[in-house]
Amino acid sequence: MIEYITIGPEIVLLTCTILVLVIDLFLKDKNITYYLTISSLIFTLSAIILLVPQSKQIIFYGSFISDNLSALLKVIVVISVLFTLIYSKNYLKEQKMLNGEFLTLSLFALLGMMIMISSANMLNIYLGLELLSLSLYAMVALQNKSKTAAESAIKYFVLGALASGLLLYGMSLIYGITGTLNITQIGAFFIENQPDKLSILALIFIISGLGFKLGAVPFHMWLPDVYEGSPTPVTTYIATAPKVAVFAIFLRLLTEGFITLHIQWAQVLIVLSILSLVLGNIVAIAQHNLKRMLAYSAISHAGFIMLGLLAGTNIGYSAAVFYVITYAITTTVIFGIILFLSHDNKQCENLEDLKELNKTHPWFAFLMLIALFSLIGVPPTVGFYAKLAVLHAIIDAGYSYLAIIAVITSVIGAFYYLRVIKYMYFDKNQNPPQLNKNTNFLMKATITINALIILALGIYPAILMTYTTYVMK
Amino acid sequence: MVDIIHYLILSGVLFAISIAGIILNRKNVLIILMSIELMLLAVNLNFIIFSHFLNDLSGQIFVFFILTVAAAESAIGLAIIIILYRNHGTINVEKLSGLKG
Repeated sequence: MIEYITIGPEIVLLTCTILVLVIDLFLKDKNITYYLTISSLIFTLSAIILLVPQSKQIIFYGSFISDNLSALLKVIVVISVLFTLIYSKNYLKEQKMLNGEFLTLSLFALLGMMIMISSANMLNIYLGLELLSLSLYAMVALQNKSKTAAESAIKYFVLGALASGLLLYGMSLIYGITGTLNITQIGAFFIENQPDKLSILALIFIISGLGFKLGAVPFHMWLPDVYEGSPTPVTTYIATAPKVAVFAIFLRLLTEGFITLHIQWAQVLIVLSILSLVLGNIVAIAQHNLKRMLAYSAISHAGFIMLGLLAGTNIGYSAAVFYVITYAITTTVIFGIILFLSHDNKQCENLEDLKELNKTHPWFAFLMLIALFSLIGVPPTVGFYAKLAVLHAIIDAGYSYLAIIAVITSVIGAFYYLRVIKYMYFDKNQNPPQLNKNTNFLMKATITINALIILALGIYPAILMTYTTYVMK
Repeated sequence: MVDIIHYLILSGVLFAISIAGIILNRKNVLIILMSIELMLLAVNLNFIIFSHFLNDLSGQIFVFFILTVAAAESAIGLAIIIILYRNHGTINVEKLSGLKG
């Protein structure tokens, strides 16, 4: 019985999803489906918070793990999906996408992410990842009259399937070497036995598969195309919650399964993170499409997240958890404002579309300013503290040259964020951006709270930092 | 006598063929879909070999799940190809270059 209480949040979410799926068939008014979806997310959130385990619990024959880390990351994932759905309501309605398919697919993807975060077994990792990916492929292709959406869907599908294949091949080799699928037992095997060449090959396969999903260079080709081509609500979805979930798998596999192979995987991550930081920040300068620019920014932030991981210390892991959480919160604000500025016939697509936002909507320009400053890493926003924690951890671990590269590339990266700020505050525009007229009070309040969280965490980072340190103990 | 290493070479070759099929293919999206299936089958073969030689069942159970997911994956893939054909009038890989930058 205790097992079913531990897996409670997933059961609540699955029940709600199936109810939404069935009730939607009988409803003419899709607004009701929308509010049902929002309330299922709130139920799930309260189930997670009520069922936070007292101690680490591993159930179902070592396949499902529930601890403070999984509770924290699940809360973040559910909140980012909630914010995404709240911000995207008008867009979905105007593009005729506010239907049962989009909403249930987003709930199924959320279920996949929660399974990923809680998995202690390679089979569960694979199933959660596929539940997430298959739902996302369908969500990207949902706008079935759009040329770009179809193109980005096929690219996402092919490269995503390739990534799953690489991950699975690595898993099969690890299974052959260790004789088990359980991550803890894999860790125990590698403590007793020296790793041979085959296990390092398997490790590289697994890291490449996960690197694909996180969008690290050289596995980043799908990211800009998918960000640009998919409908903005789907881009928002892809840009926030799945990063947290993939990061959770990275953390569990590397710190529990392959902790004794730290020297080997740190070398792979060093290469991936340097390439991501350099390429992401430099190519982003050349972009004029807003979503494409944010895609390259996501690549560079993936580099930063991996820097925290490769330090191999508890400080490093907690810094990486802090970084990925704050990144997800910050990105939702930026995409939220892009969604608010999109209309029936005119989408907010290019950087120029943001010109003179300060004149028409000074408050939203200010919220965007906070979010962009956080991505650059300017105090007093939380991005500064997140970068500081990661840099502190890698310098402590003896990788000073990586810290220097990270700082230089961040300075290069500041250029393209600051250009957006310049456009918003100082440039002239013939028809300045207008807020979608259906933007209601709830949306405005949510995005304000979301942006103020960035500011509040920047001023008192200890609120979150003590927690991320606590969960990594 | 067929050793475990021979089986592993077979699955490794299948995997390499499928990766080459995805990367080198310049004509048709359907061939990419076939390569993805081949890749998953190579992984399945690997799991079954190890499961047999280790005398452990969990590998074979993993294979059942991979087969199911592969079926779902190709269903979604074919659906996306239909949307692609409707919008672009072609499923030629080289003609898909609308998104660049």
